[in-house]
Amino acid sequence: MRLEPIANPPLARRLGLPALAIAATTAFGSGLAAVAGADPFATLGLILTGAAGSRFALLETLNRATPLIFTGLAIAVAFRARLWNIGAEAQLYAGAILTVLVGTSGLGLPFVHPAMALAAIGAGAVLLLGPVLLKTRLGVDEVVTTLLLNFVVLLLVSYLLEGPMKDPGGMGWPKSEPLPREARLPRIVEGLRLHWGFALALIAAVAVWVIQTRTTLGYEIRAVGLNPRAARFAGIPVGAVMVKTALLSGGLAAMAGFSEVAGLKGHLSLDLSPGFGYTGIIVAMLALLHPLAVVPSALFVAGIFVGADSMSRAAEVPTYIADMLLAAALLFMVLALGLTRYRVVRG
Amino acid sequence: MMELLDILLAGSFWAAAVRIASPLIFATMGELICERAGVLNLGIEGIMVIGAFTGWIAVYMGAPLWWGVAAAMLAGMTFGLLHAILTVPFGLSQHVVGLGVTLLATSTSYFVYRLALPEVTSPPRIEPFQNLPIPILSDIPLIGPAFFNQTPLTYAAFACAGLTALVLWRTPLGLAIRAAGENPSAVAAQGLSVTGLRMGAVIVGSGLMAVGGSFLTLSAFSSFFFEMVNGRGWICVALVVFGAWRPGKAVLGALLFAAFDALQIRLQQTDIGQIVPYQAFLAVPYVLSILALILMSRRAEVPAALMIPFNKGER
Repeated sequence: MRLEPIANPPLARRLGLPALAIAATTAFGSGLAAVAGADPFATLGLILTGAAGSRFALLETLNRATPLIFTGLAIAVAFRARLWNIGAEAQLYAGAILTVLVGTSGLGLPFVHPAMALAAIGAGAVLLLGPVLLKTRLGVDEVVTTLLLNFVVLLLVSYLLEGPMKDPGGMGWPKSEPLPREARLPRIVEGLRLHWGFALALIAAVAVWVIQTRTTLGYEIRAVGLNPRAARFAGIPVGAVMVKTALLSGGLAAMAGFSEVAGLKGHLSLDLSPGFGYTGIIVAMLALLHPLAVVPSALFVAGIFVGADSMSRAAEVPTYIADMLLAAALLFMVLALGLTRYRVVRG
Repeated sequence: MMELLDILLAGSFWAAAVRIASPLIFATMGELICERAGVLNLGIEGIMVIGAFTGWIAVYMGAPLWWGVAAAMLAGMTFGLLHAILTVPFGLSQHVVGLGVTLLATSTSYFVYRLALPEVTSPPRIEPFQNLPIPILSDIPLIGPAFFNQTPLTYAAFACAGLTALVLWRTPLGLAIRAAGENPSAVAAQGLSVTGLRMGAVIVGSGLMAVGGSFLTLSAFSSFFFEMVNGRGWICVALVVFGAWRPGKAVLGALLFAAFDALQIRLQQTDIGQIVPYQAFLAVPYVLSILALILMSRRAEVPAALMIPFNKGER
């Protein structure tokens, strides 16, 4: 067999194959439930109601989706330029560290929220800048360096929480001092457990979309991603575009850390992120790297996690079904994307 | 300074270094075979997890140790087949597919673990491989405990590296595999199947990665923990680059790397460990890997067709 490119894939193919990928994921999930000895339909039903069946469930899903929108955008922006940023987890934590440092500095900054956010963005951007400069200057593969930095930064957080940033009133738990009340992000609607981080995430999605579709940088990013050699030939400074992409991507991932600390947890701890940086890859791929589609994609992924947590309390199916489902969804979606642009022919 | 000398002159230190290197050697050889054929396999981290888990659960269920290794290899080859199908004939992004395979293999291990042992809080232990001292040779100072008083799986790791070098450089099959990673069109012109060669390399390589993972449960820790692979797969990807895609150099890299790892564990017990936080020691393997990548970047001899899908009739 070989692949034959399709010049202009029809709309039916462009939408039908991703829909088929979602259907295949559902079938896979049913199979997993059956393997676990549970009723497939009941299990999927429990995941659905656990994710969106009540006001509490829905708010939980929205809260869980917030950091995923940020990391999903970070990955979507980077992958679009074929910059393989697998370090969103580290950038998230770098953002969280700076958020706590600025927020608890006691300087009484007049604009404490923008100050925290800017510091966080700076930290995340700088953290990705290193691997990207190594890539553009020395040709060091950024996948491995960003992956390895995740471990280094997590150890740094562990050190900070047991040393310089340890909360004196934390009863020995490795967590940071809590942010003062005025540094916390307020709730969007009083009485509803949903903070401004979610609104910021939506704004970020629109902002990234505007950058990608309405600015020169967006055009350059797409050109570099489609064909770096042709882009260079057309006079696009590929290295500079990579650096700008890195700053944008690292900053977005760091916003997830800012939003989790200032909006939800109020302090830094080692369990701030249960792998939001890695899950962002799934979010971005399911969104076909489109910034606006990242929002529903993040809601879907968050819903699976929240729903599976609630389901596993009721049924005897391990909560890791969520991780398996999403990994399968990622692979099905990549395959669907590939088959959108190529058709398989014999010979 | 005296403490450092004491550490370096102890046979137990060198024995630990070789023990730490063993799983890395298996997995590095696996990755090397994949990349020599032109496929970057980022499924390595997850494939090591599924190998560690499968080997352990098989032995826990009553299989002999070597059957556990075989089961791990089979599990690794299964995920290798998945990776191979998606990246070779379908030519999909090796980065994304690799990460997807890692996520799927890891979550499958955790899912089946919880399914098999729902009520367990601390994972049950198994009877692991025991040291098998080689007569006479194991009595040599330093070298003896390091290389000739280890578990059979460590001996197998070195044999695996030798076999990899032999097959890749001394057989027609090895030549074809390396050519598939350098100049696939030439391979196709010879009437050989690039798809077949690459898929075979990824499947076999993934099997070796899983055996590396099973070393952790069957020879090193005798139990399965979540996150026990802890980035070793990514380190092996760096070791392939460090070893300039050559088995011999990669084994030396793994040994050097493992020696540093064994050293940092021992330095934590000394006066230095009182001053420097332990997290700095734990970060050593990851920082070393990054440094190795930077050092080797200048003179890297990357297989020319690495990460470039081959599609017959396209040029």
